[in-house]
Amino acid sequence: MEHIVTTLVFAPLVGALIAGLFGRRIGDIASQSVTTGLLLLTCGLSWMTFYQVIWGAWAGHATFTLAPFIQIGNFISNWSIRIDTLSAVMLVVVSSVSALVHIYSWGYMSDDPSRPRFFSYLSLFTFAMLMLVTAADFMQLFFGWEGVGLASYLLIGFWFKKPSASAAAIKAFVVNRVGDFGFALGIMTVFWMFGTIQFAELFPMIAAKAGTQWTFIGQSWSAVDLACGLLFIGAMGKSAQFFLHTWLPDAMEGPTPVSALIHAATMVTAGVYMVCLLSPMFEYAPVTKQIVTLIGAITALFAATVGLAQNDIKRVIAYSTCSQLGYMFFAAGVGAYQAAMFHLFTHAFFKALLFLGAGSVIHGMNHEQDMRKMGGLWKYLPVTYAVMVIGTLAITGFGIPGVELGFAGFYSKDAIIESAWAASGKNPIASFAFVVGLLAAGLTAFYSWRLAFMTFHGTAKWDSAHDDHAHDAGHGHDDHGHDDHDHAHKPHESPLVMLVPLIALAVGAIGAGYAFVENFVGEHRDEFWRGAIFNAPTNHVLEHAHHAPEWVVMAPLVVSMTGLAGAIYVYLMNEGMGLRVASRGGPLHTFFYNKWFFDELYEATFVRAARFLGDVFWKIGDQKIIDGFGPDGVAAVSASVGRRFSKAQSGYVYHYAFVMLLGVAGLLSYALWAWSH
Amino acid sequence: MTGILSLITFAPMIGVAAILALRAMSAGQDTAVVANRAKILALVTSLVTLALSVFLVSKFDAKDTGFQFVESVTWFSGATYRMGIDGISILFVLLTAFLLPICILASWESVTDRVLEYLAAFLLLETLVIGVFCALDLVLFYLFFEGGLVPMFLIIGIWGGKNRVYAAYKFFLYTLLGSVLMLAAILAMASIAKTTSIPDLMVFKFDPKVQILLWLAFFASFAVKMPMWPVHTWLPDAHVEAPTAGSVILAGILLKMGGYGFLRFLLPMFPQASVYFTPLVFAMSVIAIIYTSLVAFRQVDIKKLIAYSSVAHMGFVTMGIFSGNAQGVQGAIFQMLSHGVIAGALFLCVGVVYDRMHTREIAFYGGLANRMPWYAAVFLLFTMGNVGLPGTSGFVGEILTMTGTYHVSTWTALAATAGVILSAVYALSLYRRVMFGELVNPKLSAIQDLTVREVVIFAPLIASTLILGVRPGLIFNLTAASVDHLVGAYKAAVGG
Repeated sequence: MEHIVTTLVFAPLVGALIAGLFGRRIGDIASQSVTTGLLLLTCGLSWMTFYQVIWGAWAGHATFTLAPFIQIGNFISNWSIRIDTLSAVMLVVVSSVSALVHIYSWGYMSDDPSRPRFFSYLSLFTFAMLMLVTAADFMQLFFGWEGVGLASYLLIGFWFKKPSASAAAIKAFVVNRVGDFGFALGIMTVFWMFGTIQFAELFPMIAAKAGTQWTFIGQSWSAVDLACGLLFIGAMGKSAQFFLHTWLPDAMEGPTPVSALIHAATMVTAGVYMVCLLSPMFEYAPVTKQIVTLIGAITALFAATVGLAQNDIKRVIAYSTCSQLGYMFFAAGVGAYQAAMFHLFTHAFFKALLFLGAGSVIHGMNHEQDMRKMGGLWKYLPVTYAVMVIGTLAITGFGIPGVELGFAGFYSKDAIIESAWAASGKNPIASFAFVVGLLAAGLTAFYSWRLAFMTFHGTAKWDSAHDDHAHDAGHGHDDHGHDDHDHAHKPHESPLVMLVPLIALAVGAIGAGYAFVENFVGEHRDEFWRGAIFNAPTNHVLEHAHHAPEWVVMAPLVVSMTGLAGAIYVYLMNEGMGLRVASRGGPLHTFFYNKWFFDELYEATFVRAARFLGDVFWKIGDQKIIDGFGPDGVAAVSASVGRRFSKAQSGYVYHYAFVMLLGVAGLLSYALWAWSH
Repeated sequence: MTGILSLITFAPMIGVAAILALRAMSAGQDTAVVANRAKILALVTSLVTLALSVFLVSKFDAKDTGFQFVESVTWFSGATYRMGIDGISILFVLLTAFLLPICILASWESVTDRVLEYLAAFLLLETLVIGVFCALDLVLFYLFFEGGLVPMFLIIGIWGGKNRVYAAYKFFLYTLLGSVLMLAAILAMASIAKTTSIPDLMVFKFDPKVQILLWLAFFASFAVKMPMWPVHTWLPDAHVEAPTAGSVILAGILLKMGGYGFLRFLLPMFPQASVYFTPLVFAMSVIAIIYTSLVAFRQVDIKKLIAYSSVAHMGFVTMGIFSGNAQGVQGAIFQMLSHGVIAGALFLCVGVVYDRMHTREIAFYGGLANRMPWYAAVFLLFTMGNVGLPGTSGFVGEILTMTGTYHVSTWTALAATAGVILSAVYALSLYRRVMFGELVNPKLSAIQDLTVREVVIFAPLIASTLILGVRPGLIFNLTAASVDHLVGAYKAAVGG
């Protein structure tokens, strides 16, 4: 078992190194083959591990220590591989989506000159993500955490010639660093509070600390709440939650396969994973759990409203991701970690599907991303159309409550909404999350179908775009060098190598919920999780959720049907109505379209403050005050001396040196003489 | 093994003698040929010194908390030539010996003026710096410590850039201030304790009131060296004017003499004063981290940006040292070592494009990744090391110093952690402005990627950044016993 899990974690690193270091020597095809082949190996071994851990011979937990990392006193961290149900679920999600994205990229990136570099980054990301999910202590978790951040930075900025891409890359890294500021402080707090950073040692100690106080920056805090709260700031950064979400939409500057893998299915879910992993801590942090619920609910609603008004196909899906992550967080916040993980699991399939489907559209439209220039594409991209509809049905949670049959999102999203309802009895924030969850489900249906209709239905706008210029939207992937410029404006279906991953994901988007609902949140959940997720003895949210009344069970379907009906009315029956509303520029549309003005706000405050302070410290602090009163002041006094010296040209240095040495020697002689007498 | 420390310390002087002999013998010959011979001589000397240092490490007993390989020869009335190393100083000897061959290789083609003198200055500097870390007597320490300024001063003043006069002058003025105070303190200590032996002084109990004064005097000298805010303004100028190899030595080793001084003198000899002044040091450290990071963000000269970044990184070191616990002190030592490698490498990265284009202005560059993919990869690695990405050595020191500090002052840890955000801001924006975008400047259209010589220079630096980032225990195994001893004695002395 140890060899298997070690191989599956390190195989992508080997691939990344081979493609990255020798890519130009061995060529594009070899680089792609090596990375994809090793990823398929990892994927196969992950599924095997998943099966063995849950139903097979490896049942339960295992941690393999590979080598020491940092060991100072109690601060002990090892390079290790932790295998339990939680990490096994993540292994399967990460390696499956990554393998499919590797395959898809053979087609999508086929005209890019830097393919070895691209595949190397993809594999490097996968390695970091696997290190993250198999960490047995906070240091390795942090290693994976920032490692995926590095890979994300590199891939967002993959087309580094585009200024917008490199700006987005920095933004992603820096905003994540803001989150990691909290994460790092959280780790330090845990260390000094409990004397360990090992999960296995830490978790049994939590209950005893519940209710105690801890002093931090001069205030007394509820100890476990403080630790969890600081760690949650890290999760907010990585999972693009309200306040720290601004990097995710910009991250769409990266190639679309990257958006599918990193910014939809895997990396952005790391925050949710962390909260679930640390459920033994969060269960004793009631206040922080409320904050998690609140932030999650606000994000779910906020991102959905912004998603309504975007025209860039990828940005719509990006805000949709942001919103779905909000769902996962408020599920975790009310104590339904299993439901959060379930939604993470199903979301990985249908969101990767939607992104790769969008990629197929963009590819077919020769890098057009503006939905206003699409329409009527279903005839030209029939397979893409079919899988996109499946993905849309999955994200909108389509299914029939009575017979319990539906697409993947039906099971997981309903589990979340029912959990929020179950928790809402004496908990107003959970009630808020329940209401917001329903509302956002309606909005999700509206913007998801809006995307499908604007892209695939209605009149074709791309013919009219023909006369202008198809690239005027500024998505000029110039380095992409399309050789087929002559027939550039005729949309075409993607090659098989891109369609196969889409179909595989579509299977997941259809069946992942049905197949696993009993295991993740249903009756078999205890045998499935085997203690990898902890619920406090007082936490009965999931049981209560199962006894939700009929109206709660029906409500998600009703609102999502309403959203669908709205989208049909606006975008199918009255085509052009959406654009008319947008062009009128009402205050609500302006507010949503401009993403609640967060970028402007941050630009006006943090960014400007950093520039201003930097200039003040440099030009006034250093140059005027410190140098002015210090060396320059002295220099002014001895200016005449200096002028005389400068005539001597280079000779002066020797003089200085000689005088210095003489002075030192003289002082020293005097000192020794004085002391020995 | 007695005598090996003197051998390592003065081995570079053999190279100096050989170069001077070469100069005397080859008067009138083709200077290029002579210069080449001198370079080979210097390189061989520095490699022999490195080999000796590695041998020293292999013979070092990491479990012994005391000084090893001690040499003691009475000089004249009371002054003793006393050398020895422990788990802390041995690292700095190794770092010095490791960086010197790299410096000589880095100067291979870029220095053409007075090559022999230049090489001699570097080797002399190596002797003096290794001497600082081996000296176990105050007088000897002072001689090496101050003597080290002379070759550095010459390197900036003779082989420096346009404003070298100003830079050298500023460097001199600041350091002079520190030296004078330290000399006074050394005199006072000698007259009170009646000894100049450092091991004896480390266990001598100074009166707490006296400690305050002595602490301040030593602190002034070491704070300038580190440099700490607000006595840091000499560093950016010195770096900008110094030749590439000079910057490597300056950032890699000379700054570390300050941190070493804190560990060797302030904590063990003046523990009460150290505790008393800890809030001051913490304040200066976090100001350094945040203030200089913001200043770095606004720089237009690559070298100045990296110089300011050095000041910020040294803020973590001072903070970690004065946390007074194992995590903080180990982290500080590790951070010094790691910064020596990473900042040295970053200055070498600047040297690569400076040698080709003769400008360090950020705006001149842009889009270099298009023509220099290997250079872009190397620069990226060290940029990530500089921002403390886990997996590089830069991370280990930062997280440990912050963790150690958290135990003493959560406010300080909070502010330092915020500084980590800013390091990403300035370092990545530098990288973006130099590497990314289209290659628009026509002067860059023919710029070449790394040469074989440059790859050879970077290879050991890349390896140590990554290996120490993944297995920092290789260093902690050497330092653990000495640091535990230091921290234990410190805590016992201050009753904490």
